[in-house]
Amino acid sequence: MRRISRREFLRICTGATAGIGLLTALEPTIVNTLAQAAEGKPPVIWLQGSGCSGCSVSLLNTVSPSIEKVLLDIISLKYHNTLMASTGAKAYNFLAEMADKYAGQFVLVVEGGISTAAGGAYCYIAETEDEREISMLEALKHFGSKAAAVVAAGSCASFGGIPGAAPNPTGVVGVWEIIKDRPVVNIGCCPMHPDDFLGTLVYMLKYDDIPELDEYNRPKMFFPDIIHVGCPRCGYFARGIFAKNPGDEGCLAFVGCKGMVARARCHQRQWNNGTNWCIAAGAPCQACSEPTFPDECSPLYGRYRVSD
Amino acid sequence: MRETTNSKGLVKINLDPVNRIEGHMKIKVLVENGKVVDAYSCGHLFRGFEIILKGRDPRDAQHLTQRVCGVCPTAHAMASARCLDDAFGAVVPPNGRIIRNLIQGANYIQSHILHFYHLAALDYVRGPETAPFIPRTGDDYRLPDAVNDMAVQHYVQALAIRRRAHEMLAIFGAKMPHITTIMPGGVTEKVTPEKVNQFRAILQELTDFIDNVYVPDVFMIAEAYKDYFAIGQGCKNMLAFGVFPLDDDRDPNGQNMMIKRGAYTRGRFTGVDPKKLTEDVKHSWFKDETSGLHPAEGRTEPEPGKPDAYSWIKAPRYDGLPHEVGPLARMWVNKVPEVVNLGEKAFSVMGRHAARAIECKLIAHAMFAWLDQLKPGEPTHMPCSVPQEARGMGLWEAPRGALSHFIEIKDYRIQNYQIVSSTSWNGSPRDDRGQRGPIEEALVGTPVKDPENPIEVVRVVRSFDPCLACAAHLVEVASDRCHTIQVVT
Repeated sequence: MRRISRREFLRICTGATAGIGLLTALEPTIVNTLAQAAEGKPPVIWLQGSGCSGCSVSLLNTVSPSIEKVLLDIISLKYHNTLMASTGAKAYNFLAEMADKYAGQFVLVVEGGISTAAGGAYCYIAETEDEREISMLEALKHFGSKAAAVVAAGSCASFGGIPGAAPNPTGVVGVWEIIKDRPVVNIGCCPMHPDDFLGTLVYMLKYDDIPELDEYNRPKMFFPDIIHVGCPRCGYFARGIFAKNPGDEGCLAFVGCKGMVARARCHQRQWNNGTNWCIAAGAPCQACSEPTFPDECSPLYGRYRVSD
Repeated sequence: MRETTNSKGLVKINLDPVNRIEGHMKIKVLVENGKVVDAYSCGHLFRGFEIILKGRDPRDAQHLTQRVCGVCPTAHAMASARCLDDAFGAVVPPNGRIIRNLIQGANYIQSHILHFYHLAALDYVRGPETAPFIPRTGDDYRLPDAVNDMAVQHYVQALAIRRRAHEMLAIFGAKMPHITTIMPGGVTEKVTPEKVNQFRAILQELTDFIDNVYVPDVFMIAEAYKDYFAIGQGCKNMLAFGVFPLDDDRDPNGQNMMIKRGAYTRGRFTGVDPKKLTEDVKHSWFKDETSGLHPAEGRTEPEPGKPDAYSWIKAPRYDGLPHEVGPLARMWVNKVPEVVNLGEKAFSVMGRHAARAIECKLIAHAMFAWLDQLKPGEPTHMPCSVPQEARGMGLWEAPRGALSHFIEIKDYRIQNYQIVSSTSWNGSPRDDRGQRGPIEEALVGTPVKDPENPIEVVRVVRSFDPCLACAAHLVEVASDRCHTIQVVT
């Protein structure tokens, strides 16, 4: 099996291979290095807080590696509310047991924001056998303290997202505001892109290390620069041709496009197996990759206001 | 899952979380002599969309409300867009209407396949011996090994098929989940012959799977578990708001749609009068004096810990009665022969799975004709502007059932926004008159062999495809009143 250097990993991840599944080139490496002994698959625990399950659905949309490869060969997904077979206290007991057994080894993935108001009472995720409700806030603190590292999947888990939008009625915050003693990697975008997530996870599992992060704890390899620099409508911008309505020809800046502030690779990796993406489809970028989403990106069809 | 036996021999079983559904749900049942005698359905997540929406640009509602649910954001996009079309007086050109239908149709296919294979099937099919497929709930697996192996293969194949459905959706929706192209007045994406052909090629793939794998698998499992045609009957009132408009005329009664609006109430087929919608809160964590209002005028003041309350979900009622929503309701009120011919057996766990599969097939096949009606080069969107003051209502069908959005605009901003979605109906707690919600009612009478592994209970619950991800009761504290939105999709 060909070994792959970190430098090469980064090169592949940041390569401008529009329309091609980002991890295609990595797939043999991933499967071979991680799918060794039956017990050797790295344990992953996935918890859902105040969110919409859209990041789970986005994970299912991964192409290379395919989701079945991810689930059967690459990781051992010990707990995922939407996918796992078991239910009730049996499921919760299994979660607790796995977190103890793999303490310091498992990666905790969090989807959805963390509601902190009312002591966490706006989001309960389970009930113990002695009928005690476990809030997401409590679960995050408890299981986060046992994890090797935490990945915040998507906008809500990273920065609060839409449930955390003003005036934030249930006190939703991103995971990194709760977990201070463990590395927290933020995968922005609403939903997260499966390539950004799996690329990060694979990097972490393969090198037992955290990839280089930007000031918002996003992996630089997946959030390298603003969309505007690679936007196919950039020529319109340069020539001063601006769309009057979303969907029109021209730069979408005056109908709400936030591509000038959105640090993401949508113009390269696109969405849904390279099928399409917002700006190509005439829809202004909402900068869902940013910690300022949605408040400073609103109105979504309005011009971006520079707040400084 | 706690079991306690009291002096009367009642066994209480708490299931929290109920997994392989969307979001945070708890189910409590009381079992006596091996049968469920009472049931409680409880929604456990509250976010607060209405307070977040208040004061924002009305056009943002359509994007923000999609985040209510990552599984059916398209349905929220559509209910909201129709609500805004209504408020703005927007005109949607034919291409816009058809693309919206195609986007929604693609997500019906995705959602129904996801539900059957990846949420429900593990109740009937023994999965691989690895997490997350273990541990299991009990051991009532009846398929012969070879058939079971084939079903597991189909589980894996369906993962790719549902992904393809999203790729098909993104051809016109830009990305999924959370599409960005639908807006008041139509869609931003254009029609080109290449896009139509690309869409048609994937649709053909999906249709082949639906016809040759999904529908046969449902009927194969229904045969092996045919006792489930007599389990999970429910309230037998059915409600559908209608989906997929087939022409561009005004259609206030939802009759020019592929799946028409209609109700089945107290054993009779009737039309739907949106004025007869109400929401009760006696058993929800909201103040009693706000109970019984029309959702467009809804008020809610949260009262956590209220005695006798047990859910963040309110209790929507039509004509004062609980109504089941979803594929069974849609197929039943539209009198689709394969479903109505089941007679009483339709009101059951397997009836719901069968109706979902039949609906999926009908929609997929209808979409080919819609593709043929698209006109490349013609507009997909008509510009419209935000009115200073207006109200709007958008009635629609999520894959999981009837969905309604309501808006009130004042000074070009959102004054009030309300959503009543599918699982609000199906997963509702008791109403003020003590009538159980549809899932609760369907659980009563369910046999439970092993209280340690109440597989029968979760089979009933999952047949409704509940989606609690979005259980959100939205509270707006205004000077003189509070509104609420409750979203359980």
